[in-house]
Amino acid sequence: MNDDRDFMLTVNGTTVEIRGAAPGASLLSVLREHLGLTGAKGACEEGECGSCSVLVDDSLVCSCLVLAASAVHAHVTTIEGLTQSRDVQAAFVECGAVQCGFCTPGLIVAATDFLAQTSDPDPDDIREALAGNLCRCTGYGRIIEAVVSVARERRGAAT
Amino acid sequence: MSQTITRSEIRHGIGSSPTRPDGAAKAAGEYAFSSDLFPDEALFGVTLRSPHQHARIISIDTSKALAIAGVFAVVTADDVPGKATYGLIASDQPVFASDVVRYIGEPVAAVAAIDEETSRRACAAIVVVYEPLEPLVDAELACQEGAASIHPDGNIIRHQHVLHGDPTVKGDVVVEHEYVIGMQDQAFLGLEAAVAFPDEDGGGVDCHVATQWLHEDRAQVAACLGLAEESVRLTLGGVGGAFGGREDISLQVHVCLLALTCGKPVRMHYDRVESFLGHVHRHPAKIWMRHHATSDGRLVNIEARFLFDGGAYASTSSAVLVNAVTHTQGPYQCPNAVVEGIVVRTNNLPCGAMRGFGVVQACFAHEQQMDRLAEKCGLSPLELRRRNAMHTGDTLVTGQVVESVAPVTECIDNLAALPMPGSTVGTHSYLLPGGAGNTTRSDNVHRGVGWAFAIKNLMYSEGFDDFSSARCRLEDGRITLKFATAEVGQGFITIAAQIARTVLGIEAVDLDTIDTNVGSAGSTSASRQTWMSGGAVDAVCRVVRERIFEHHAAASGCNPLALAVEGTDLVDTTTSERTPIEEVVRGLTIDEEVVYRHRATVHLDERGQGNCHTAFAFVGHRAVVDVDVELGLVRVVEIATAQDVGRALNPLSVTGQIEGGIAQGLGLALMEEIIQEDGRIKNPSFTDYLIPTIADMPPVVAHLIEIPDPQAPLGAKGVGEPPTISSTPAIIAAINDAIVNATGSTQKIHRVPVRPLDIVEAAYGGTAD
Ligand code: FES
Ligand code: FES
Repeated sequence: MNDDRDFMLTVNGTTVEIRGAAPGASLLSVLREHLGLTGAKGACEEGECGSCSVLVDDSLVCSCLVLAASAVHAHVTTIEGLTQSRDVQAAFVECGAVQCGFCTPGLIVAATDFLAQTSDPDPDDIREALAGNLCRCTGYGRIIEAVVSVARERRGAAT
Repeated sequence: MSQTITRSEIRHGIGSSPTRPDGAAKAAGEYAFSSDLFPDEALFGVTLRSPHQHARIISIDTSKALAIAGVFAVVTADDVPGKATYGLIASDQPVFASDVVRYIGEPVAAVAAIDEETSRRACAAIVVVYEPLEPLVDAELACQEGAASIHPDGNIIRHQHVLHGDPTVKGDVVVEHEYVIGMQDQAFLGLEAAVAFPDEDGGGVDCHVATQWLHEDRAQVAACLGLAEESVRLTLGGVGGAFGGREDISLQVHVCLLALTCGKPVRMHYDRVESFLGHVHRHPAKIWMRHHATSDGRLVNIEARFLFDGGAYASTSSAVLVNAVTHTQGPYQCPNAVVEGIVVRTNNLPCGAMRGFGVVQACFAHEQQMDRLAEKCGLSPLELRRRNAMHTGDTLVTGQVVESVAPVTECIDNLAALPMPGSTVGTHSYLLPGGAGNTTRSDNVHRGVGWAFAIKNLMYSEGFDDFSSARCRLEDGRITLKFATAEVGQGFITIAAQIARTVLGIEAVDLDTIDTNVGSAGSTSASRQTWMSGGAVDAVCRVVRERIFEHHAAASGCNPLALAVEGTDLVDTTTSERTPIEEVVRGLTIDEEVVYRHRATVHLDERGQGNCHTAFAFVGHRAVVDVDVELGLVRVVEIATAQDVGRALNPLSVTGQIEGGIAQGLGLALMEEIIQEDGRIKNPSFTDYLIPTIADMPPVVAHLIEIPDPQAPLGAKGVGEPPTISSTPAIIAAINDAIVNATGSTQKIHRVPVRPLDIVEAAYGGTAD
């Protein structure tokens, strides 16, 4: 039975039908509750913390602020499908940038997006770029270290 | 086969920094936090909360809510089958208010329905008739004689004096002031969440919850549900930070009660607004201190008065107050003291544990006092502190002798020797005070430097039977550790495995589920788990090691007392013969559980005397700030710290605790405050309650002082709280210095968080001092 509120979403390369989502449901809630993709987290649901960061058509967004139904024609990429973040993930773990880890997937999505645009960031560039992602545990020092180390590794690999 | 070979090394043992066992899953987004659990068929639970600060409940009508399709249960105080109240120290907080509500946000009812939306609609359909009562909002009024009592237990939660030596002693130099500390929130990112599964026969419940102390939750939940403790089984759901805010019950009883009532799994999940209402906060405080010193700056007496607003219910208020009054002197010697501390109930939000637990407030006051004293004595802030620095063997104002390693002088000297960071003016524009908006003109920016130092008690105090349990199983050459220690992000799971590897010489260590199927580990708080649960893991691994030695001795005829573990070998110290442990333990199964206790402490007597604390850690911070004194804007340029850690079991984790703790100290100094107006939080969101971002956090220069403490099982002190404590006053001291540099004004900031106007007024005269 089809409801006219049902819609299709393309997430991590797969197109799926979303049924029975509440009108006005955020992309975050649909990802988590309908698709079981719980990598994106909600810590504020008003665009302040970045825990819910995903890519919509390669743009970094807070999925709590995006209407799920408005993403029908877009490609959504979550931490679960962000294959280019593998080295970022590894660096976060190696460098001690993960404590409770609640902020981590969002930060990794944001850092991966940033590192795609910048090859040699200094710590202050990183501060500027990741200021939309809150972390309550780490004080951010190891996060900066992790991002610097990924950039260094990638430059090394590119030469 | 035994042979004499070169030394082997254990990988990822004590002193190294292996990665977290849960790190990869967390980074991949695959780790399940308690809010990520969506069991099939689970109902969603929602709490109805009081809109009144103080009111009598006349009636509650749930019929309209129950009539909504999809609603399975509405529960109120009448439905609580066991004890009506809970609480960590005093059981004074109702599961649901029945007669009176005492703060805005107090739970009155809860609903379970097929989904969140239906639950919320049903909540809104519950009709509660209230008769508003006069709220008591001022802590000062609450403790006055004749004040209307807002709770059957009275308004005063604890009144504690500390009287030491000769309280009449006067100094050549006297400084006094009153200090104000705002209400801080733990602001962990992972919101409160739990899932409860009822037993089929309704006789018990399983609950997965993000908490700091599974067994204490279990005891409180079981009592309220009228169940035996064994019938309430708790498993740690992934915890997204804690910082004290998960030590008390929040949704635990509600979710279990709903699940039992409905006979179905129920999940609950607060949003950010509800989280601000649903957990306790750091006590706002007013502290007056008068320091007496000789003309050359030696402390001779401290007079002090602490007034803490505990909010509507007691939580851990009495212990917080004791921590505050017993840390009045800071890490300095002082022969005489006369201190009064009071913590009261008001109709404000309940307060309880937050990282630093009473010592944050005390330290802010004593460190501002030390700066005033230095100024008046004509000494530098560091020289004054050096003259008064506490040492091992000194007597505290409680009469307790400090037996812990006390490297206060080392902390001071380390920070004194550090170079200053360079100017950032003219680099990134957002490195200026006020950030990228170019609010500040760089010629208005003045630099300041400030220092602060702290002493912090470790573990539980005042006669509490503080223990931790751990189990160690050896089988097929692998070790499995089981404990109930709440991993909240701090990394205990990492060091537990490190300890087992070093003690047993076996690298393969697995960690069992963290739940109540083993003895209590106590709370993940009070900087206690490295010492307590680390001590328990160490002790149980030693017992297993003894058994391995006996086994090897029986098989090889050697003396078990001569055996030792070195790296991955078992060594006979009489012959230097080495056998790889993996060979020794082949086919061997051993399973042991051990309880570790720290030495006993006592309750303070009426005069505040007694060995109430177990052990102490010390720390110092140097803050460098840039301040625009015209606009009152601050940029922290660098924080340096020297911290007494005993022994860094995992240096990377220690660094993480230091940097993370400093961020919270910076938050309290500059931006974090829950603002209540008539008991209503004006800023219950991350838009309005600001926590430091990566752009606010400066680089941290950390120096670890490693002098293993002979009392500590592994020589290691807890490291979680100290970074949060003296970072705040160091930043304020630096702002005070910048004000002097800018305008010559010696007026000082005396409240945190500091607001732009406080800075402007201090710099240009006015009422700041
Ligand atoms: S949950 Fe989306 S920004 Fe916080
Ligand atoms: S690691 Fe806990 S919020 Fe960032």
